[in-house]
Amino acid sequence: MAEIPSVAEKYGSKVGEVPVGHGDYVAGGAGGMPFLSFENPSKRRPMIAGEVRDSLVGYPELAAGMFSGREKDPADWAMMWKEIGADMIFLRLTGTDPSVGTTTAEDAVRIVKEIDERTRLPIMVHGCGVQEIDHEILPRICSEVRDTRLIVSCVEEEDYKRLSAAAMAGGHHVLAFSNLDINLAKQMNILLSDFGVEKDNIFMDPLMAPLGMGLDYSYSVNERIRLSALRGDRMLQVPMVCHTGEAWDVADATSDEPGLGDPAHRVAWWEAITAICAMMSGADLLVMRGPSAADMVRVYAEELAGGS
Amino acid sequence: MATAIEYFKLLPKTNCKDCGQPTCLAFAMLLANQKAKLEDCPHVSGEAVEAMKESSAPPVNTVKVGTGENAVAMGGENVLYRHERRFENPIAYAVSVSDSWDAPRIAEAVAKAKSLAFDRVGMVFRLDLVSVSNDSGESDEFLAAVDAVLADWDLPIMFEINDVGVAEAALSRHAALKPLVYAGETADVEAFAKLATKHGCPLGIRAKGVEAAADAAEIAAKAGCKDLVLDLGASNLKECLEWQTIARRAAINRKFRPLGHPLMNRVGCGEYAVATAVLSTLKYGSLVVFDGLEPYEALPLFTLRQNIYTDPQVPIQVKQDLYPIGDPGPHSPIMFTTNFSLTYFTVRADIEKSKIPVWLQIVNTEGLSVLTAYSAGKFEPERVAAAFEESGVLDKSDGPVVVPGLVARMSGKLSEEIGRDVVVGTNESKDIPKHLREITS
Ligand code: SF4
Repeated sequence: MAEIPSVAEKYGSKVGEVPVGHGDYVAGGAGGMPFLSFENPSKRRPMIAGEVRDSLVGYPELAAGMFSGREKDPADWAMMWKEIGADMIFLRLTGTDPSVGTTTAEDAVRIVKEIDERTRLPIMVHGCGVQEIDHEILPRICSEVRDTRLIVSCVEEEDYKRLSAAAMAGGHHVLAFSNLDINLAKQMNILLSDFGVEKDNIFMDPLMAPLGMGLDYSYSVNERIRLSALRGDRMLQVPMVCHTGEAWDVADATSDEPGLGDPAHRVAWWEAITAICAMMSGADLLVMRGPSAADMVRVYAEELAGGS
Repeated sequence: MATAIEYFKLLPKTNCKDCGQPTCLAFAMLLANQKAKLEDCPHVSGEAVEAMKESSAPPVNTVKVGTGENAVAMGGENVLYRHERRFENPIAYAVSVSDSWDAPRIAEAVAKAKSLAFDRVGMVFRLDLVSVSNDSGESDEFLAAVDAVLADWDLPIMFEINDVGVAEAALSRHAALKPLVYAGETADVEAFAKLATKHGCPLGIRAKGVEAAADAAEIAAKAGCKDLVLDLGASNLKECLEWQTIARRAAINRKFRPLGHPLMNRVGCGEYAVATAVLSTLKYGSLVVFDGLEPYEALPLFTLRQNIYTDPQVPIQVKQDLYPIGDPGPHSPIMFTTNFSLTYFTVRADIEKSKIPVWLQIVNTEGLSVLTAYSAGKFEPERVAAAFEESGVLDKSDGPVVVPGLVARMSGKLSEEIGRDVVVGTNESKDIPKHLREITS
């Protein structure tokens, strides 16, 4: 038989490994491009976080209908994610914005604790997007939830000090957001390091644009980030987080236009393809919305990684 | 492509100027920039020219299936990552019909294949090929099935035939259509290669794993076959990803000819088949043949192909035009934004969410987003007014004209230009529905 020239790259560096939750889940650790066993000794597949909210305002009805009523209680919703096979819970506290819901700081802390107690899965907490509220509630959670290591989502270039300080004080991780640009992604990690956040407490979110809405940009930015990390750029050697739920906002994914087939199946593929592109370009943690998409992607990721 | 130094090594280094250049090195630089041909130097040896042609040929062959403007080109790739350079030829998707089906069933399958076509902002996403599979093992039935397909399908076709005799009969009749003949896994690689070459048609073969595929490719090459498509015989996603990556890296990074061919996958239907197609679209596939494909699978898959094969250097643009959303009337709001497709899609999706009909005017900003275009002077009130003029939107509706919040500064000037009041909209696209409800209630 023909002898094939060796094509394995010897990168020399790898992405950091970060334990989350109660320490039994670890993200990151890639030493090569995704799923290539001939150059990447890590058999770890990307983690999958299921999205849970404290309020259903603004949450797609089609998605809500896929959780058999259990979406009404955040802890119960999180349990359902665990049953589906999720490795983490992504809690989006939209209801802390008074124009949306009535969740108070005490409620938010209680919800996080309940999810932790019932699922024992690692948790990523995300605010409502209103700065003053997030600055009040997320630090409360950081200081009152101590026996599980949270990921605090998310800090940005203009606003990272308060949440990073709170995360550090509580022994939690932070998620650094940047907008589709390898240099900004790196800049965020430098800012956080300079501020005192340890590199193994940082996750990065370079903004995954969904299929049909700029996915190509994200796919290439992610690939460049991962290649640079493997080739030795220390400031990019942190696990990459990609949100795929935005796929639900793409008109083609859910429209009722005749000839496009069943929207529930279509949106599942829309999100699954977004997630596959994310993990093929380097994502170590996928934050997903739809249960069937998450299930498909987990099975494929397990197979690709060559073990679970 | 070879570098100037690689060319320089082949030249006699006498600086005789017969090529019209002052030195051999100057000539080599022209060669590297493809501004001259090696033959322009009369003193370079014939073997050197041949050797250079060989090594400067693209690392992956280009194979064409079908004829005319609908022909599908596969392969021809030069890079491993799309950020380096635009991928050349988009992956093709095919759906297979069986020659053991009766004519009505074939017609139904072809009609379904044709229905997998979607008009998307100035582009049509569609299925590329119909494949006819020789399940009967008979020539007559195969030819009848091909006729049944051709009755209603005028895009390229391919044949899945495992028997050289049947392939001979099929190509004798249909070689002019330049179908791809996919022999699958066969002991007759040489015979198939000779047959395809004789008829000037491309050949697809399957061999399990990169080593076996390289061997088969060598046999086909020796038999004169240049237009080869390789199926590495992956039986799962992991093999598909790893083998296709090894083959493509060997071809591009190591100039390993036997694997320098477009790659294909023969899948079934359903979830796993689509997942394989997704991986193959991302990592080096040129053709996926399905047993069947549903519209809810096809639209996301075709969208993926469009995304992956865009030019990474050029932001994707939509055409400057008036896009009615919902069913806008004479009092509906008029909105406008840039022709950067990401902006367009986002704004469009958010308008749709509001369920309020809107006239959306797209202004050509050369693919820049709102703020970038504004600071680059490509999203000025004059330009917006000219676009309004061109589409006649101001005559179609007396509704409010909404200026994107990020460029509120242009309000005064725009209002002057168009002789109408304007309102300032939201900074963020996601707040559009709320704002629309406010201004229309
Ligand atoms: S003709 Fe050939 S040998 Fe003479 S200068 Fe040009 S490249 Fe050199």
